[in-house]
Amino acid sequence: MSRTALLLLADGRFPAGGHAHSGGMEAAVASGAVHDTTSLEAFCRGRLHTAGLTAAGLAAAAATGHDPLALDDAADTRTPVPALRHIGRRLGRQLLRAARATWPCPELDHIAHHRPGGVHQPVVLGVAARAAGLTPLDAAHAAAYDSVGGPATAAVRLLSLDPFDAAAVLGRLADDCDDVAGEAADAAGRVATAGTTVLPAASAPLLDITGEHHAAWTVRLFAS
Amino acid sequence: MKSGPEAPATALLPGDGDGTSTRRPVRTGTPHLPDAASRATGGTPPAGVRAAARLRAAHNGRTTTVPLLHSDGPFHLRRLRPRGEQARVCVLGAMSAPLGGDRLALDVTAGARTRLEVTTAAATIALRGSTRDPATYDVRLTVGEDASLDWLPQPLISAAGSTLHQTYRVELAGTSRLLLREEQLLGRSAEPPGHLSTRLTVRRNGRPVLDQHTAYGAPASAWDGPAVLGGHRATGQLLLVEPGLDAPPAPVLLGDPARGQCVLAPLADSQVLLATAVAPTLARLRHLLDAALAHVPRAEAPS
Repeated sequence: MSRTALLLLADGRFPAGGHAHSGGMEAAVASGAVHDTTSLEAFCRGRLHTAGLTAAGLAAAAATGHDPLALDDAADTRTPVPALRHIGRRLGRQLLRAARATWPCPELDHIAHHRPGGVHQPVVLGVAARAAGLTPLDAAHAAAYDSVGGPATAAVRLLSLDPFDAAAVLGRLADDCDDVAGEAADAAGRVATAGTTVLPAASAPLLDITGEHHAAWTVRLFAS
Repeated sequence: MKSGPEAPATALLPGDGDGTSTRRPVRTGTPHLPDAASRATGGTPPAGVRAAARLRAAHNGRTTTVPLLHSDGPFHLRRLRPRGEQARVCVLGAMSAPLGGDRLALDVTAGARTRLEVTTAAATIALRGSTRDPATYDVRLTVGEDASLDWLPQPLISAAGSTLHQTYRVELAGTSRLLLREEQLLGRSAEPPGHLSTRLTVRRNGRPVLDQHTAYGAPASAWDGPAVLGGHRATGQLLLVEPGLDAPPAPVLLGDPARGQCVLAPLADSQVLLATAVAPTLARLRHLLDAALAHVPRAEAPS
């Protein structure tokens, strides 16, 4: 594996469109639920262990070479609200464009061909990781980190938080990220024999409720 | 109450085949060993009650009957007066359950063309019991072709010190209708909750349509934080399967962050609607879920 490929894939500057999304942070800030560093950390920790774990499982499974279209269906069953399914596919399309340019391969072409409307972002992330020569655990790490990196960066802009404080939050979440990635990769290792039902399906009621709510706003800074 | 001759022989259950279908509800200070099979497995015997109750509704050509009503352990099943063509069954709690170490299962089948409602008489309270071992509670709901099932239990309350792993497995045919309501309260008043995890999987025509896992109470991480419950103590869902829906309704948003919030929206399989709510109290939660249900065409509010 190439460590540099993992850094590139997980880099917020990788042109995959993630900077336009707050992962529910904009809605949480608007409701007053996130207002300082402590509540930012609680938000990120909760998101990591729910949506982050689920995404990491899907990404790791895709990186094992499991059928990405079946994993896309599994992502649908784990995403009960339409707004978040829409966002997941939109982010997936953008990541797919960047990944095909960076690590061209038939597997990435395959999902573009079969799901022109897009595939959920964690599934694309896993296929891209595989194309870059990375392991399922690497893919899970990238997805877990992505689940908190985006919201933390968004909080800096939304709340004018000190970027050092936001970075410290992410630093304190490092062990949790490792645990989530490990759990996700373990589950992904069983997918080939046991099917996609063994993948994590952790969900968070408020992320679903506010995700749909945010999509109905007429004026917003972030797309999600 | 009698066990039907066609009762599925999938598991060796206490009470099976001995002519009775109700085990005497006793809870003693010593581990309960319900049958020879569990003793024969060797190793440490399970501390706690092991019970599997079942009921099955069938259509007799005229109306819905309930030929199989198998009570077990804490589940005492009782027929209620039918409501029109709908057969109704109430689950009475015959003992305090689930406690730590209990392994409980409830299997409900609404056969083809039946109309069935299942309720519980009182809230289910998960308590710590004599051991810190987790309790399990597995609910399996199967709905046949052109059948409808209303599963409307009273809330589940996770008391301090308890650990409960719940699973809901729902199997639907393409023409099945379902109304499932599930409400959870995390902790009795002024106490922290136990640990409550719930895995809900729904399959329709053999295809998964919903797969969800929630985990609240320590050691779950940040479960009451702003991404998960936002400090609320009551949470619940309403799952509606209406094959007759012509077009999925647009998502409905109800409530506000302080008094509780709810979203009702179609799943990727657009004939399946899910309402998800969080609220400060069970009363507010029920209000939100009832209001969400009122937005669905053709569905009537449950009593």
